[in-house]
Amino acid sequence: MSAQRLVEQFETLEKQDHAARLAMWMFLGSETLLFGALFASYGYYRGMYPSGFVQALHHNSVALGTTNTVVLITSSFTVALGVHFIRENKARLAAGLLALSTAFGAVFLVVKGFEYAHHIHENALPAGMYSFVDQPPAGVVLGYTLYWFMTALHGLHVIAGMIMLAVVAVLCWKGRYGTHRYVAVENVGLYWHLVDVVWIFLWPLFYLTD
Amino acid sequence: MSQATIDADAKPESLGVGADHPDYLRADSGLRSWLLTKDHKRIALMFYVGVILFLGLGGVFALVLRTELLTPEQTFIDANTYNQMFTLHGITMVWLFMIPAIPTVFGNFVLPIMLGAKDLAFPRINLASFYVYVLSAIILLGAMLAGGADTGWTFYVPYSTTSPTAVTWMGIGIFVNGISSIMTSVNFIVTTHTMRAKGMSWHRMPLFVWASYATSIIILFATPVLGMSLVLIALDHALGLTLFNPRYGGDPVLFQHLFWFYSHPAVYIMILPAFGVISEVVCSFSHNKPASYRAIAYSSLGIAFIGFFTWGHHMFVAGLSEFDAGVFGALSMFVGIFSAIKVFTWVATLRGGSISFATPMLYFLWFLFLFVFGGMTGVAVATQSLDVHWHDTYFVVAHFHFIMVGGTLTSFLAGAHYWFPKMFGRLYDERVGLLTSVAVFIGFVFTFLPQFLLGNGGMPRRYFTYPERYQWLNVLSTGGAWLLGAGLILALGNLLVALKWGKRAGPNPWGSRSFEWITASPPSKHNFEETPEIERSAYEYTLSEEVARERAKAR
Ligand code: HEM
Ligand SMILES: [Cu+2]
Repeated sequence: MSAQRLVEQFETLEKQDHAARLAMWMFLGSETLLFGALFASYGYYRGMYPSGFVQALHHNSVALGTTNTVVLITSSFTVALGVHFIRENKARLAAGLLALSTAFGAVFLVVKGFEYAHHIHENALPAGMYSFVDQPPAGVVLGYTLYWFMTALHGLHVIAGMIMLAVVAVLCWKGRYGTHRYVAVENVGLYWHLVDVVWIFLWPLFYLTD
Repeated sequence: MSQATIDADAKPESLGVGADHPDYLRADSGLRSWLLTKDHKRIALMFYVGVILFLGLGGVFALVLRTELLTPEQTFIDANTYNQMFTLHGITMVWLFMIPAIPTVFGNFVLPIMLGAKDLAFPRINLASFYVYVLSAIILLGAMLAGGADTGWTFYVPYSTTSPTAVTWMGIGIFVNGISSIMTSVNFIVTTHTMRAKGMSWHRMPLFVWASYATSIIILFATPVLGMSLVLIALDHALGLTLFNPRYGGDPVLFQHLFWFYSHPAVYIMILPAFGVISEVVCSFSHNKPASYRAIAYSSLGIAFIGFFTWGHHMFVAGLSEFDAGVFGALSMFVGIFSAIKVFTWVATLRGGSISFATPMLYFLWFLFLFVFGGMTGVAVATQSLDVHWHDTYFVVAHFHFIMVGGTLTSFLAGAHYWFPKMFGRLYDERVGLLTSVAVFIGFVFTFLPQFLLGNGGMPRRYFTYPERYQWLNVLSTGGAWLLGAGLILALGNLLVALKWGKRAGPNPWGSRSFEWITASPPSKHNFEETPEIERSAYEYTLSEEVARERAKAR
């Protein structure tokens, strides 16, 4: 069974799986730099407008942000368990855990949606959405803008991660993965951990340092 | 050819490994077998067609620019069209030709063979990378037709966010292009780590692989930052959502930081693969091992690393503090040191070699001269006090064209001739090859040498008219550009003719020891039916060819 999935350019399955894992790590490294550009901008502008940023962050609810942090960390834990069980060939259990993780992702998005609605209501918007009269001071607007850009980019990654989790969950359920084959599940897990790690950085930057 | 003779076994081997199987060009037929191929060699050829088309398109833009500059006043296009032309020229040449050119064509073709592998680690990602590249090209061409862009290839804010041209779609096109680059570089890195044949230690790999590896690392970590900066420009241009607008306290200089954080490393994305080609060419044609293998291999990594910390030298007049400018200047000089290590090693490789003068070798000589000239002027413009005078003049234009055209395009041509017999199984006409190479060199020197003088004399870049005193140098430059264009077309013609009428090439027409030359020309579909066992490095010219082949045994 496992011999069939060896593609012709590899000599052994170990090498083939190692290649898939390495590729995922490389890709994640690249993804980090995508956020890196925005993190650098955050550092640059926060240095320029320390008090404006503090004022902008007052709009964020520490309770909601922390809830989301807990939700994501829990989901990372369930993903890790899912990966563990698929290695042990407990496919159904793994599928359940991965589906649960997907659901946690959805919870995260719902909470985020409430926050966004609240910001819109309070007129805490990115630069470009104001007329001259209602525009808050410079540093505050930049704080809002970075908040929107960075959390929205992170949100897109959450959605992408949820789609991948859902797909591998279904495939686990159908018995495609097991002890004989689980690199794809591991890789999706890794991706989800990255999504989580990025949030671990966003959380203090936007919720805890006002 | 009788079966009974003693060397009957040796015969197929002297045609190269895999000669008894149909070669990759003939293994499958029909359009489908090309468009859906997973063979790295066919994908390389599809990229080849793409990048040559865009080299032509970018070249047309360039000739329009140069022709306009024949006379001090308007010659035949207006100022707006001129702005469009230099922007489209830059975008086409950088992202559709120069960055993909050597990695996706020669890298795709020879890298797996050099490692003794049957393909790249992820053939489907490789094919996808090609289609993503095509998609980016379609988006960029569409944007060119739907308004073009007049911002320069650097997209500096604030102008790029208010320009009435199709900046948004240009940004999206370049973003998509970056995805293709990243796919290819992940593939190369993973292939180099996991698919080396038995016995192929890191220090036995051909130097081209090291250069491709270093390039891939830079692409992986620099491209996303550019992607993000262009997304920010697109958001600003299309929706007004901005990070750089001073009305909201934004700082336009931040964009320059982000842009050059990518685009300085990007210049090494463009030159490192060229270094790889040159290392192969110089060893193969002087039939000598590199004077120091490690010096060449590690200096690529050194350049890749240092290149991330020098971007500030593009911003000396954008309000950098004197201290920062000093640091960026000094770091930039380190790149000069690493580059010089390479140059000296290549020159030393010639010593004691038995040199044969074929077209690729001639291109190597041009490369050497032009790259050294370009690199030295690079060190000069990295000195803040000098750069204040030269910044945004033709001096800078000449500097980077010496490296990008004199260095990278020249190596691309060297590679096109060097690997031609391997890729197509035929020999091009050597005399025409040498002649076109001379035309390219003379054309190049006439085009760009006067630009140093123009810049030093104070002519700014990106203007379509100029005071009369600059005219004679501009005329020289324009004449050179036409000659360069003609040389390139003739070189292409020479290779196209050889495709059909060239003499058949043996597996190893240059007497190289590098591993791609042990396969048949052209290689069979799987390169090696069985993974070879490697017992030597890629440069053992002290061994006879038979022994060398024995020590890289593959059936
Ligand atoms: C020896 C190492 C090099 C050094 C120290 C160096 C230094 C510099 C400096 C200081 C500038 C800015 C000048 C100004 O804008 O006033 C510059 C511009 C430029 N260099 Fe280099 N350079 C080096 C190698 C290269 C290479 C290898 C390439 C490309 C393959 C390259 C391509 C460019 C480009 C494209 C620009 C101009 C970008 C623009 O403003 O449009 N350089 N270089
Ligand atoms: Cu630079």
